[in-house]
Amino acid sequence: MDAVRSFLRHPSGMVGLVVLLIVVIVAIVAPVAFPVSPWEMVSAPFTPPGEDGLLLGGDTLGRDVAAGVAYGARVSLVIGIASAMAAMVIGVTIGAISGYFGGKVDLVLMRMTELFQTIPAFVLAILLVATFNPSLLTIILTIGAVSWPPLARLTRAEFLRLRNREFVEAALCQGEGTLRIVLGHILPNAISPILVVTSLTVATAILLESALSFMGLGDPNLMSWGFMIGAGRTVIRNAWWMSVFPGLAILITVLAINLFGEGLSDVLNPRVSRRRS
Amino acid sequence: MNRREFTQAMLAAGAALPLGITRAAGQTRGGTLNTIIQPEPPLLVTAFNQQQPTLTLGGKIYESLLKYGADLKPMPGMAQSWEISPDGLTYTFKLFPNITFHDGKPMTSEDVVFSCMKVLTETHPRARQNFARVASAEAPDPLTVVFKLKQPFAPFLGCFDCTSAPIVPKHIYEGTDFRKNPLNDKAIGTGPFKLKEWVRGSHVHLVRHEGYYLKDQPYLDEIIYRIIPDSASRALALENGTVQLVQWADIEFFDVQRFKAQKNLEVTTKGYEYFAPHQWLEMNNRIAPMNDKRFRQAVMHLIDRDALAKRVYFGSAKVATGPISSKTKFYDGKVKRYDYSIEKAKALLDEMGLKPDANGKRAEIKYVVPPYGESYQRAGEFFRQSFARVGIDLVLVGTDMAGWAEKVGNWDYEMTQNLLYQLGDPALGVARTYVSSNIKKGILFSNTQGYSNPEVDKLFDEAAVTLDEARRQELYSRVQQILVEDVPVAWTLELEYPIIYDKAFKNVVSTGIGSHETFGAVYKS
Repeated sequence: MDAVRSFLRHPSGMVGLVVLLIVVIVAIVAPVAFPVSPWEMVSAPFTPPGEDGLLLGGDTLGRDVAAGVAYGARVSLVIGIASAMAAMVIGVTIGAISGYFGGKVDLVLMRMTELFQTIPAFVLAILLVATFNPSLLTIILTIGAVSWPPLARLTRAEFLRLRNREFVEAALCQGEGTLRIVLGHILPNAISPILVVTSLTVATAILLESALSFMGLGDPNLMSWGFMIGAGRTVIRNAWWMSVFPGLAILITVLAINLFGEGLSDVLNPRVSRRRS
Repeated sequence: MNRREFTQAMLAAGAALPLGITRAAGQTRGGTLNTIIQPEPPLLVTAFNQQQPTLTLGGKIYESLLKYGADLKPMPGMAQSWEISPDGLTYTFKLFPNITFHDGKPMTSEDVVFSCMKVLTETHPRARQNFARVASAEAPDPLTVVFKLKQPFAPFLGCFDCTSAPIVPKHIYEGTDFRKNPLNDKAIGTGPFKLKEWVRGSHVHLVRHEGYYLKDQPYLDEIIYRIIPDSASRALALENGTVQLVQWADIEFFDVQRFKAQKNLEVTTKGYEYFAPHQWLEMNNRIAPMNDKRFRQAVMHLIDRDALAKRVYFGSAKVATGPISSKTKFYDGKVKRYDYSIEKAKALLDEMGLKPDANGKRAEIKYVVPPYGESYQRAGEFFRQSFARVGIDLVLVGTDMAGWAEKVGNWDYEMTQNLLYQLGDPALGVARTYVSSNIKKGILFSNTQGYSNPEVDKLFDEAAVTLDEARRQELYSRVQQILVEDVPVAWTLELEYPIIYDKAFKNVVSTGIGSHETFGAVYKS
């Protein structure tokens, strides 16, 4: 409860949270606010913002940009959160095994992690998505698969730090099983930095998905922000609104998640919160 | 000084220079034409590669015996006259005298026979089919070529444009591995322009062939093909005058209208008559529900093709009525018409038993999006919305070039979009899509949808070997009626690609081959 209370007093963190909540609300009410599919051609092509009842204008086929931005919020949030979760599961598992057991296991797992870290994440993501046909599931798994190394290294460091603490040794002496020690004693004490990094991973995941969609490697059946920018890019000289509005949506969402994540970090980091109080 | 003043000043300066001889008709020697080639061709020898950029560029370097007007009638190319025997079996061509290759060696009838019978039959899929019908080709004297056919072939005179039968030098290729000949890099032909320099990724520089056989031609000193991969940069280059000519898909369809307003530019859709690009929604006839004629007819009803032309192609397209383009010989518009009607489509689907389930969904079909650029993606999205209106989920599947060719060539698809050239005569460009003898696994642009109708086969076969034009029209009219009833593929649009050029250049579009032409007659005023 202390943490919640001090987060509420964290100005930039709160700004991030409020903006993020607005994005979530937009995503939830999208089907109510725009009952017609965002792919439906509702106006003449190249309708400027404000005309023909389209608040943010129409795209090259006459599809409502506002509807696209609203539905795009669903895609971005789902992909962002799901792939951050995927990255967390992979990263924490590898990091925990590595940190807890150490020795040869640690050596092998960390060399593997370094291998992933040396390959540029975006290039690897393009390769993976192009190999397996782009769909919601493959994109989530791909982004998860390229985003886990920082989480693995962080978890490993936390486990190394906590492994030899008295409470762990006490549990060992009482004869508790490895799984119980890891999940019941070490992980709860390591969770706050992991949560912070995971929340920031959501932001990078949204950026990755947008970049993939921009390059035409997104799920072609989902209206996403990156896709809208990619589709509007070639006409940006005649029709700025097709790429500017989804671009702003990405900017605002990613900024909000970063502010929220940093707020979380300040609050959960004991030294900073002690200084506050 | 703004751009227009600058252009005027440059033109005035150009006119003041003693650039060449002025002929009575006003054709002036000299000048440079800057244009675009996109994407960069893999090589320039049109005998070995027939992708559009290769043909556009190689058309200046390699010539053939004939050219074709906008009405598709043959015109003299390197052959100044020709004769057909009454039985339609012997074709005799008389060549212009003094034709030389770019290396200075004379071009004779021997080169024509060698190119058609030895080289093209090995390296050129379309030409191979055409010259397989030749029993013997002879060169009785250096300026005469005689082709004797095994049986009459009505469109034989339509097989000699620079893209279908380019002439290559015998003295360079005889006895060599054609595709690996080191002189392929030099691209030695007889065309009005020869290759000076090819800087990969930057430009291809063509200059005047001084020994060209037509008096005073070519008028231009040089043509520079610039490689500009980004479509927005291409539009900018045309707008600010860096290039003075664009063709095919160089400029995106939505930008074409904008250039119509630019006063110094001419925008035309002429020059594609020979190719008449014909587009359709391809449905694999082997798989349910596409194997039911009523489903395919419903597809014709549920696509608002006028809206497709307007929204995706911005008016640069015309609704297709059937398998033969209205620009191609033997087109017949008196066929069953499929108007845009959701009700009729639903009725047909209900009749065949494809009823909506509790969620209103009738079927789910995978649609492979051809990876050829933005308009294909938009068209796929348009189709998905059209099908959604009758409760069919079209699931778009993205893929790369090789993946698309592999899937469609090997019949491993449900629906996709396709675009084929008509090549002036249904026997050359249309029959290949519908005759069952052309159901060939692994070969793209064959009868990939697997349509088979013995009556259609018979009609196409007979029409190819019939010489009487009226009889051919009868046969093709019948075939069009049957195909439009059967809907093997859902024809959507006749695409009208633009050629946009600076009005200072004359004779740019003078034949039905348009931008693939030799450009010997193009001049700058």
